[in-house]
Amino acid sequence: MSTETSVAKEAVAKGPTAAARHSLWRVIRRDPRAVVSLGYLALLLAVSLFAAQIAPYSPIEQNVAELLMPPSPAHWLGTDDLGRDVLSRLIWGAPNSLYASALAVSVAIAIGVPVGVVIGFLGGWLDEVVSRFIDALLSFPPIVLAIAVTGALGIGLTNAMLSVGIVFAPVLARIVRAQTLVVRQALYVDAARAFGASTPQIVVRHILPNAIQPVIVQVTLMLAIALLAEASLSFLALGVQPPAASWGGMLARAYNYIEIAPAQMYTPGLAILFTALAFNALGESLRVALDPTMKRR
Amino acid sequence: MGTTLRLVARRLWQLLPIVMFATLVVFLLLQLVPGDPALILAGDYASKERIEEIRQLYGFDRPLIVQYLSWFLNVLHGDLGTSLLSGAPVLELIMQRMPNTVLIAVYSLIIAAVVGITLGVLAATRVGSRVDAFVTSTASLGVALPSFWLAILLVATFALQLHLFPATGARPFTVNPGDAIRHATLPAVALAVGVIAELARQTRSALIEVLSSQYVRTLRAKGLGPMAILWKHGLRNISVTLLTLLGLAVNRLFSGAVVIEAVFAIPGAGSLVAYSAINKDFPVVQGTVLMFAVIVILVNLTVDILNALLDPRVAEE
Repeated sequence: MSTETSVAKEAVAKGPTAAARHSLWRVIRRDPRAVVSLGYLALLLAVSLFAAQIAPYSPIEQNVAELLMPPSPAHWLGTDDLGRDVLSRLIWGAPNSLYASALAVSVAIAIGVPVGVVIGFLGGWLDEVVSRFIDALLSFPPIVLAIAVTGALGIGLTNAMLSVGIVFAPVLARIVRAQTLVVRQALYVDAARAFGASTPQIVVRHILPNAIQPVIVQVTLMLAIALLAEASLSFLALGVQPPAASWGGMLARAYNYIEIAPAQMYTPGLAILFTALAFNALGESLRVALDPTMKRR
Repeated sequence: MGTTLRLVARRLWQLLPIVMFATLVVFLLLQLVPGDPALILAGDYASKERIEEIRQLYGFDRPLIVQYLSWFLNVLHGDLGTSLLSGAPVLELIMQRMPNTVLIAVYSLIIAAVVGITLGVLAATRVGSRVDAFVTSTASLGVALPSFWLAILLVATFALQLHLFPATGARPFTVNPGDAIRHATLPAVALAVGVIAELARQTRSALIEVLSSQYVRTLRAKGLGPMAILWKHGLRNISVTLLTLLGLAVNRLFSGAVVIEAVFAIPGAGSLVAYSAINKDFPVVQGTVLMFAVIVILVNLTVDILNALLDPRVAEE
């Protein structure tokens, strides 16, 4: 009880969120890893948006005359087992990966944040029951549950990422609940209530903006986990469906021909690794920027 | 000892709602499937009589809660239904395949614990050094590395080029332990890397906090050597944290095992889930998912009890 109030007091002392946003950018700007990551992600987004213009070939056009060719001036990264240009498939994999990560994390936010705020704010038996339900969901290995839900909803990228989002939601709900419990006790919430603010007004105006900071960090880190989950599910043929390109799916095909065309297993893996690293670096930088106790160090 | 027994009883009692909800989640999986569940369970080429028979058998005309309770009673009796593809009892299929998954998970956990904690300790006792920088950056890399890609690279190098380990398959541990371990080595290493990274990171930060505390300063002042401080006070103080992390790692390892088993063509419970989900063999999916959750819940229970034995303060909570 006493620790909760002291944390709440600290939250009050932190001041308005506009200033926090300003200093956030300052801290990120000073962190070279975060700047590089942001640059990389911006580049990836540009590639995703203009994939049709950038890719030298069609990602799905087959060419039986050129199967599993090594890198050449015509095909910088060679061709796959159906004679498709690997570079073009790598480029078209980017929009699928970003779409997948964004979709899964959006679903997790859309379910997890409201549930966390409501049970944290209302408390009582509802909190008790939903919290046990969250505990139960967290007892399932995430990818296993995501595969089961995908199997039930039907195979495909959108359903796979809806499933990943559903599996991630309890993680966010738990964080938001804990944060709401702290903020609920803050003086400014009492003050708002004393001035006659309704419960929805208090939640939207005061609880959400102040409970959201750890969520921002978690969401950024979650983008990396979602990306890896998409790659895993596409590798297992549960995600992106052929002939559409995905980095995980490209690795699955390359693995079949590992002894004939070993070079093909590198670039899709590196694309996944770099993107996950960028999301993680950004998340860590945001954690430092948003955590007042870490900033002082 | 009496307090430990009381603790076990209390934890088991707290587990009850979680287990109930976990079974409810598994039961409701079938409700997510669009369309008539009887048609789905009957398979693609079933006769009208067969569909009607399944409807009667599962009681799809009854209220959902009644369906759940009767399914739950069957589960309690070890009846997880039969596979739509092979007609074999689901429990039998799981029992055939779970040992392969458990072997690579346990093997992987051992590798991760030894390497991860060692790296974390090395970094924490040399903060700011080159070793620390190496551990910290390797850990960031390890967290972002797709385990199945690493697995492919390991196969390419250690199986296909160097012929040190087999590229695919699994052998039963009970028949020939040495051969089983040889087959499980590459999968276990691929699976361990993410957990090593996480453990190294967490061990480092937990140990740094303990080593910079007031009482460690006092111990240094009274002339206790660094090794004695590390073993007697540092590691003992973070043991609860480490045990909790190892417990959480099991969940993660099972998650990773699904893809790793696919890479190494291991007939495990993870590849069973993926295969059954693709082929719409829902009773097998439900049974396997439930089995994974039960194992995870039991592991967490064990960790809770061990933590209480290690640190009486945990038991009092």
